[in-house]
Amino acid sequence: MLSFQDAVFWVLAVATISAALGVTLIKDLFRSALLLAVVFIAGAGFFALLSAPFLAVVQVLIYVGAISILFIFAVMFNQNVRESNLPNRMQILAVLVSALLLVALVAVAVGADWRLIPEEERSKVELAQTRSVSIVAEETLAAEGFNSAESRENAQQSGLADLLISDFVVPFEAVSLLLLAALIGGLALARSRGG
Amino acid sequence: MSLETMLIVAAALFAIGLYGTLARSNLIAVLMSIELMFNAVNLTVVAFSRYVAPLALREEIGSVLTGQVFAIFIITVAAAEIALGLGIVFAMYRNSETVNLTEANQLRH
Repeated sequence: MLSFQDAVFWVLAVATISAALGVTLIKDLFRSALLLAVVFIAGAGFFALLSAPFLAVVQVLIYVGAISILFIFAVMFNQNVRESNLPNRMQILAVLVSALLLVALVAVAVGADWRLIPEEERSKVELAQTRSVSIVAEETLAAEGFNSAESRENAQQSGLADLLISDFVVPFEAVSLLLLAALIGGLALARSRGG
Repeated sequence: MSLETMLIVAAALFAIGLYGTLARSNLIAVLMSIELMFNAVNLTVVAFSRYVAPLALREEIGSVLTGQVFAIFIITVAAAEIALGLGIVFAMYRNSETVNLTEANQLRH
Protein backbone atom coordinates (compact mmCIF):
# COMPACT_ATOMS: atom_id res chain seq x y z
CA MET A 1 0.00 0.00 0.00
CA LEU A 2 1.36 3.35 -1.05
CA SER A 3 1.53 6.05 1.58
CA PHE A 4 0.25 9.52 0.71
CA GLN A 5 3.80 10.88 0.44
CA ASP A 6 4.84 8.10 -1.93
CA ALA A 7 1.81 8.68 -4.13
CA VAL A 8 2.55 12.43 -4.34
CA PHE A 9 6.22 11.65 -5.02
CA TRP A 10 5.47 9.37 -7.97
CA VAL A 11 2.95 11.79 -9.46
CA LEU A 12 5.53 14.60 -9.20
CA ALA A 13 8.30 12.38 -10.60
CA VAL A 14 6.26 11.40 -13.68
CA ALA A 15 5.15 15.03 -14.18
CA THR A 16 8.72 16.34 -13.88
CA ILE A 17 10.33 13.84 -16.22
CA SER A 18 7.65 14.02 -18.91
CA ALA A 19 7.49 17.83 -18.79
CA ALA A 20 11.31 18.01 -18.98
CA LEU A 21 11.28 15.70 -22.00
CA GLY A 22 8.65 17.99 -23.51
CA VAL A 23 10.84 21.06 -22.90
CA THR A 24 13.69 19.56 -24.90
CA LEU A 25 11.77 17.64 -27.59
CA ILE A 26 8.75 19.78 -28.56
CA LYS A 27 9.37 21.98 -31.59
CA ASP A 28 7.06 24.80 -30.45
CA LEU A 29 9.22 26.95 -28.17
CA PHE A 30 6.21 28.60 -26.49
CA ARG A 31 4.95 25.21 -25.31
CA SER A 32 8.46 24.40 -24.12
CA ALA A 33 8.37 27.54 -21.97
CA LEU A 34 5.01 26.55 -20.46
CA LEU A 35 6.26 23.00 -19.78
CA LEU A 36 9.33 24.51 -18.11
CA ALA A 37 6.93 26.23 -15.68
CA VAL A 38 5.39 22.78 -15.01
CA VAL A 39 8.87 21.42 -14.17
CA PHE A 40 9.44 24.34 -11.78
CA ILE A 41 6.07 23.82 -10.02
CA ALA A 42 6.79 20.10 -9.63
CA GLY A 43 10.18 21.07 -8.20
CA ALA A 44 8.40 23.20 -5.60
CA GLY A 45 6.29 20.13 -4.76
CA PHE A 46 9.47 18.08 -4.30
CA PHE A 47 10.87 20.74 -1.96
CA ALA A 48 7.69 20.64 0.11
CA LEU A 49 7.96 16.82 0.29
CA LEU A 50 11.63 17.08 1.32
CA SER A 51 10.68 19.24 4.34
CA ALA A 52 11.98 22.47 2.82
CA PRO A 53 8.87 24.71 2.79
CA PHE A 54 10.85 27.93 2.47
CA LEU A 55 12.56 26.66 -0.68
CA ALA A 56 9.18 25.60 -2.09
CA VAL A 57 7.88 29.16 -1.70
CA VAL A 58 11.10 30.66 -3.11
CA GLN A 59 10.92 28.26 -6.05
CA VAL A 60 7.38 29.40 -6.88
CA LEU A 61 8.27 33.08 -6.47
CA ILE A 62 11.56 33.14 -8.39
CA TYR A 63 11.33 30.31 -10.89
CA VAL A 64 7.61 30.19 -11.69
CA GLY A 65 6.99 33.88 -11.09
CA ALA A 66 10.07 35.48 -12.64
CA ILE A 67 12.19 33.12 -14.74
CA SER A 68 9.29 31.49 -16.63
CA ILE A 69 7.89 34.92 -17.49
CA LEU A 70 11.32 36.07 -18.74
CA PHE A 71 11.48 32.98 -20.96
CA ILE A 72 8.00 33.62 -22.34
CA PHE A 73 9.13 37.17 -23.21
CA ALA A 74 12.29 35.81 -24.82
CA VAL A 75 10.27 33.41 -27.00
CA MET A 76 9.10 36.51 -28.91
CA PHE A 77 12.59 36.82 -30.45
CA ASN A 78 11.76 33.94 -32.76
CA GLN A 79 10.27 34.62 -36.16
CA ASN A 80 8.55 31.25 -36.42
CA VAL A 81 7.69 30.09 -32.90
CA ARG A 82 5.99 26.85 -33.94
CA GLU A 83 9.12 25.47 -35.62
CA SER A 84 11.73 27.27 -33.54
CA ASN A 85 13.09 24.57 -31.21
CA LEU A 86 14.97 22.55 -33.83
CA PRO A 87 17.66 19.93 -33.13
CA ASN A 88 21.20 20.49 -34.35
CA ARG A 89 23.57 17.97 -35.95
CA MET A 90 24.94 16.48 -32.72
CA GLN A 91 21.94 14.24 -31.88
CA ILE A 92 23.76 10.92 -31.52
CA LEU A 93 26.66 12.39 -29.57
CA ALA A 94 24.30 14.28 -27.24
CA VAL A 95 22.14 11.20 -26.55
CA LEU A 96 25.28 9.14 -25.94
CA VAL A 97 26.83 11.63 -23.52
CA SER A 98 23.67 12.21 -21.50
CA ALA A 99 22.84 8.47 -21.39
CA LEU A 100 26.35 7.73 -20.10
CA LEU A 101 26.00 10.45 -17.47
CA LEU A 102 22.59 9.11 -16.41
CA VAL A 103 23.95 5.57 -16.06
CA ALA A 104 26.91 6.81 -14.01
CA LEU A 105 24.73 8.95 -11.70
CA VAL A 106 22.21 6.16 -11.15
CA ALA A 107 25.00 3.67 -10.46
CA VAL A 108 26.43 6.00 -7.80
CA ALA A 109 23.00 6.74 -6.29
CA VAL A 110 22.14 3.05 -5.96
CA GLY A 111 25.60 1.68 -5.20
CA ALA A 112 26.94 4.14 -2.65
CA ASP A 113 26.70 3.45 1.07
CA TRP A 114 24.87 6.58 2.25
CA ARG A 115 25.20 7.54 5.89
CA LEU A 116 21.48 8.11 6.50
CA ILE A 117 20.08 10.05 9.42
CA PRO A 118 19.22 7.49 12.15
CA GLU A 119 15.49 6.87 12.68
CA GLU A 120 15.47 8.13 16.28
CA GLU A 121 16.81 11.51 15.12
CA ARG A 122 14.37 11.68 12.22
CA SER A 123 11.53 13.71 13.77
CA LYS A 124 14.00 16.08 15.45
CA VAL A 125 15.77 16.78 12.16
CA GLU A 126 12.46 17.20 10.36
CA LEU A 127 11.34 19.74 12.94
CA ALA A 128 14.58 21.70 12.58
CA GLN A 129 14.22 21.69 8.77
CA THR A 130 10.54 22.58 8.44
CA ARG A 131 10.58 25.21 11.17
CA SER A 132 13.46 26.99 9.45
CA VAL A 133 11.35 30.11 9.01
CA SER A 134 9.12 29.98 12.07
CA ILE A 135 9.49 30.03 15.82
CA VAL A 136 8.54 26.81 17.59
CA ALA A 137 7.05 26.60 21.06
CA GLU A 138 9.40 25.42 23.83
CA GLU A 139 7.07 22.49 24.64
CA THR A 140 7.15 21.22 21.05
CA LEU A 141 10.95 21.29 21.08
CA ALA A 142 11.06 19.48 24.42
CA ALA A 143 8.68 16.83 23.12
CA GLU A 144 10.91 16.27 20.10
CA GLY A 145 14.00 15.44 22.16
CA PHE A 146 15.63 18.84 22.71
CA ASN A 147 16.00 18.12 26.40
CA SER A 148 18.30 20.77 27.86
CA ALA A 149 17.48 24.47 27.80
CA GLU A 150 20.77 25.02 25.99
CA SER A 151 19.88 22.70 23.10
CA ARG A 152 16.46 24.36 22.76
CA GLU A 153 18.16 27.74 22.56
CA ASN A 154 20.57 26.35 19.98
CA ALA A 155 17.70 24.99 17.88
CA GLN A 156 15.81 28.28 17.97
CA GLN A 157 18.89 30.08 16.64
CA SER A 158 19.63 27.76 13.74
CA GLY A 159 17.06 28.84 11.19
CA LEU A 160 18.00 29.64 7.59
CA ALA A 161 18.25 33.36 8.26
CA ASP A 162 20.62 32.82 11.19
CA LEU A 163 22.80 30.51 9.11
CA LEU A 164 22.94 33.03 6.26
CA ILE A 165 24.30 35.78 8.49
CA SER A 166 26.60 33.60 10.60
CA ASP A 167 28.22 30.53 9.00
CA PHE A 168 27.54 31.54 5.40
CA VAL A 169 28.08 35.28 5.63
CA VAL A 170 31.00 35.36 3.16
CA PRO A 171 29.15 33.56 0.31
CA PHE A 172 26.10 35.67 1.18
CA GLU A 173 28.05 38.88 0.58
CA ALA A 174 29.69 37.39 -2.51
CA VAL A 175 26.26 36.59 -3.92
CA SER A 176 25.10 40.15 -3.31
CA LEU A 177 28.13 41.39 -5.28
CA LEU A 178 27.30 38.86 -8.01
CA LEU A 179 23.73 40.18 -8.22
CA LEU A 180 25.02 43.74 -8.52
CA ALA A 181 27.43 42.68 -11.27
CA ALA A 182 24.63 40.81 -13.06
CA LEU A 183 22.40 43.89 -12.83
CA ILE A 184 25.07 46.12 -14.39
CA GLY A 185 25.99 43.46 -16.96
CA GLY A 186 22.35 42.97 -17.95
CA LEU A 187 21.90 46.71 -18.42
CA ALA A 188 25.11 46.97 -20.45
CA LEU A 189 24.09 44.06 -22.70
CA ALA A 190 20.52 45.20 -23.28
CA ARG A 191 21.29 48.91 -23.72
CA SER A 192 20.79 50.22 -27.23
CA ARG A 193 23.97 51.46 -28.86
CA GLY A 194 22.93 55.09 -29.14
CA GLY A 195 22.21 55.77 -25.50
CA MET B 1 10.12 7.87 -1.55
CA SER B 2 13.72 7.37 -0.49
CA LEU B 3 17.08 9.02 -1.06
CA GLU B 4 17.83 6.71 -4.00
CA THR B 5 14.58 7.34 -5.90
CA MET B 6 14.91 11.08 -5.32
CA LEU B 7 18.50 11.01 -6.63
CA ILE B 8 17.44 8.99 -9.67
CA VAL B 9 14.67 11.47 -10.54
CA ALA B 10 17.14 14.36 -10.21
CA ALA B 11 19.72 12.48 -12.30
CA ALA B 12 17.15 11.91 -15.05
CA LEU B 13 16.25 15.61 -14.99
CA PHE B 14 19.94 16.53 -15.22
CA ALA B 15 20.53 14.13 -18.12
CA ILE B 16 17.54 15.54 -20.01
CA GLY B 17 18.87 19.04 -19.41
CA LEU B 18 22.31 18.04 -20.65
CA TYR B 19 20.81 16.50 -23.79
CA GLY B 20 18.83 19.69 -24.43
CA THR B 21 21.90 21.84 -23.93
CA LEU B 22 23.98 19.82 -26.36
CA ALA B 23 21.42 19.00 -29.02
CA ARG B 24 19.22 22.07 -29.53
CA SER B 25 20.03 24.82 -31.99
CA ASN B 26 17.96 27.61 -30.42
CA LEU B 27 19.68 29.78 -27.82
CA ILE B 28 16.51 30.13 -25.70
CA ALA B 29 15.98 26.36 -25.70
CA VAL B 30 19.58 25.90 -24.53
CA LEU B 31 19.00 28.36 -21.67
CA MET B 32 15.84 26.44 -20.70
CA SER B 33 17.81 23.20 -20.59
CA ILE B 34 20.42 24.85 -18.37
CA GLU B 35 17.59 25.81 -15.99
CA LEU B 36 16.51 22.15 -15.96
CA MET B 37 20.02 21.19 -14.85
CA PHE B 38 20.02 23.87 -12.11
CA ASN B 39 16.73 22.45 -10.85
CA ALA B 40 18.11 18.91 -10.82
CA VAL B 41 21.10 20.02 -8.75
CA ASN B 42 18.81 21.84 -6.30
CA LEU B 43 16.70 18.71 -5.87
CA THR B 44 19.83 16.63 -5.23
CA VAL B 45 21.21 19.04 -2.63
CA VAL B 46 17.92 19.27 -0.73
CA ALA B 47 17.44 15.49 -0.90
CA PHE B 48 20.88 15.01 0.66
CA SER B 49 20.09 17.49 3.42
CA ARG B 50 16.83 15.62 4.10
CA TYR B 51 18.25 12.09 4.24
CA VAL B 52 22.00 12.08 4.88
CA ALA B 53 23.37 12.74 8.36
CA PRO B 54 25.95 15.53 8.58
CA LEU B 55 28.97 14.81 10.77
CA ALA B 56 28.04 17.72 13.05
CA LEU B 57 24.50 16.40 13.66
CA ARG B 58 25.11 15.63 17.34
CA GLU B 59 26.63 18.99 18.27
CA GLU B 60 24.63 21.37 16.15
CA ILE B 61 21.12 20.72 14.88
CA GLY B 62 21.41 23.67 12.47
CA SER B 63 23.81 21.65 10.30
CA VAL B 64 20.80 19.82 8.80
CA LEU B 65 19.93 23.07 7.01
CA THR B 66 23.22 23.36 5.12
CA GLY B 67 21.75 21.78 1.98
CA GLN B 68 18.89 24.25 1.95
CA VAL B 69 21.32 27.17 2.26
CA PHE B 70 23.25 25.75 -0.71
CA ALA B 71 20.00 25.56 -2.68
CA ILE B 72 19.25 29.21 -1.88
CA PHE B 73 22.65 30.22 -3.26
CA ILE B 74 22.12 28.09 -6.39
CA ILE B 75 18.72 29.73 -6.98
CA THR B 76 20.30 33.19 -6.66
CA VAL B 77 23.12 32.35 -9.05
CA ALA B 78 20.61 30.84 -11.50
CA ALA B 79 18.56 34.04 -11.42
CA ALA B 80 21.65 36.14 -12.16
CA GLU B 81 22.67 33.71 -14.90
CA ILE B 82 19.30 33.85 -16.60
CA ALA B 83 19.19 37.66 -16.51
CA LEU B 84 22.58 37.79 -18.26
CA GLY B 85 21.68 34.93 -20.62
CA LEU B 86 18.56 36.68 -21.81
CA GLY B 87 20.57 39.90 -22.15
CA ILE B 88 22.90 37.99 -24.47
CA VAL B 89 19.89 36.66 -26.41
CA PHE B 90 18.71 40.25 -26.82
CA ALA B 91 22.14 41.46 -27.98
CA MET B 92 22.48 38.54 -30.40
CA TYR B 93 19.04 39.21 -31.87
CA ARG B 94 19.89 42.88 -32.34
CA ASN B 95 23.15 42.07 -34.10
CA SER B 96 22.12 39.21 -36.36
CA GLU B 97 18.27 39.09 -36.33
CA THR B 98 18.32 35.47 -35.20
CA VAL B 99 18.65 33.43 -32.02
CA ASN B 100 19.75 30.31 -33.85
CA LEU B 101 23.07 29.03 -32.53
CA THR B 102 24.06 27.35 -35.82
CA GLU B 103 23.96 30.79 -37.46
CA ALA B 104 26.11 32.42 -34.78
CA ASN B 105 29.32 32.21 -36.82
CA GLN B 106 30.31 35.83 -37.40
CA LEU B 107 33.74 35.22 -35.91
CA ARG B 108 34.45 32.58 -38.56
CA HIS B 109 34.09 34.90 -41.55
